[in-house]
Amino acid sequence: MEWVNIIIQGVLIGGLYAMFAAGLALIFGVMRLVNIAHGDLIVLAAYIALMTTDTLGLNPLLAIVVVVPIMAAIGYGLQRGLLNRTLGDDVLPPLLVTFGLSVIIQNALLELFTADSRRLKAGAIEVASFQIGEGIWIGVLPLLQFVVAISVIAGLQLLFYRTALGRAFRATSDDQSVAQLMGLDNRHIFALAMALSLAVVAVAGVFLAVRTNFDPAIGPARLIFGFEAVIIGGLGSMWGTLAGGIILGVSQAIGAQINPGWQLLAGHLAFLVILAVRPEGLFPKVQG
Amino acid sequence: MPESLLDVRALDAFYGDFQALFGVSLRVAPGEVVAVIGANGAGKSTLLNCIAGAIGSRRDAILFDGEPIGDQAAHAVVGRGIALVPEGRRLFASLSVEENLLIGGQVGRVGPWNLARIYDLFPVLAERRQVPSTSLSGGQQQMVAIGRALMSNPKLLLCDEISLGLAPIVVREVYARLPSIVAEGSSLIIVEQDIVQALKAASHVYCLQEGRVALTGSAGTLTREAISAAYFGA
Repeated sequence: MEWVNIIIQGVLIGGLYAMFAAGLALIFGVMRLVNIAHGDLIVLAAYIALMTTDTLGLNPLLAIVVVVPIMAAIGYGLQRGLLNRTLGDDVLPPLLVTFGLSVIIQNALLELFTADSRRLKAGAIEVASFQIGEGIWIGVLPLLQFVVAISVIAGLQLLFYRTALGRAFRATSDDQSVAQLMGLDNRHIFALAMALSLAVVAVAGVFLAVRTNFDPAIGPARLIFGFEAVIIGGLGSMWGTLAGGIILGVSQAIGAQINPGWQLLAGHLAFLVILAVRPEGLFPKVQG
Repeated sequence: MPESLLDVRALDAFYGDFQALFGVSLRVAPGEVVAVIGANGAGKSTLLNCIAGAIGSRRDAILFDGEPIGDQAAHAVVGRGIALVPEGRRLFASLSVEENLLIGGQVGRVGPWNLARIYDLFPVLAERRQVPSTSLSGGQQQMVAIGRALMSNPKLLLCDEISLGLAPIVVREVYARLPSIVAEGSSLIIVEQDIVQALKAASHVYCLQEGRVALTGSAGTLTREAISAAYFGA
């Protein structure tokens, strides 16, 4: 029974990792940009949620409604004002610029909020749980987070494959110059993709901040989890990132059960095994 | 003399330091079909890419509907009514046939062309609308590329080597559709290496040689000798 509980916990935390991963996969897919600042943007979203709850007195889970549009606006501005200028044939400039952005965000947060670790308090829901079987308990908050993660990923999948905007994303990803000949302004399309990515980041950041303590320095580790989930899942579909997140979450949970120090190690090992055995990920992009 | 739809005036084009076009001038009247011929590397595709805005040029080097558009970006030019069928078709590989057509239509220009009309023009595409564009034959892919450009309801359609890599019978089939496109009010510029096909379809011909207009005239009056001299630089 103990192991069933552990695997369930791993699956549920996998939803959070999948949300970290979805935003990364989305912008890599559309514009081949590897966003090194992704983890720090998650932490930034957590701090924006903290400010929102402090000033408006909202429950953090309701604060999502405020944080999502703020982060989306930041994403659009960031892409138009900065990141579009780094894109080109060379992959190095966007890497360096987002790396610099990561350092800037961390230090700005440190300056504004100090290094003290913070937490969003969501009230009774944090500890609420229910029993689904003999000795098997599920926390309401992890379950809610998992359901939200699935909805976010289903929403992205629908947007990508069923809407005009998704079609524009895929066309731009396929062939940027021809997409422009068809009237798609790639600067605008890229900025919309980044806005969408940071909207997902906002949701992930709020759940992260409710579940665990956070401080300005934890971004890079979230970036690694996101990367690992993307690579495990492959770039074929958004559902792949969910699978990647769950595999990572379950591996960490199992590792932690064997020895509390092995939590992160087990996740990295699972990632390395899949990288060695299936470098294209579990759900690779089908080449037409 | 009729007002011209497109007026290219002494256009120069560069790839970095390399100059690809030298003072090229060309006019297209409304409803006219103009052929641009020339050997490989003569600058034909460069000319079309300049007109479509994919390569920037001097603002007043290209006038469309009387307005200078030389410095406009490609996505703005298509909104004004110039669509390019790019060389080598370049369909969006991860999109279905119908999605490729819809991308062409998203500029939202009103006019005679829509999905149903494209499927009337190329019935074979209607049967294959849901399949990935890459699974089509070369000729069918060319039809999608033409349909995709038409979906923006262009006043001027630029066709870059639409016979490239196609069997002669397929080339004839594709060319047989061009008159119905002109009949809907579009002007055409056809870039071709296949001179016979180009001369049959066009009323006016420009021959490029090493980035310059070497010969121009109405399709009926040019002799084979004059064309081959202009083509190869005798």
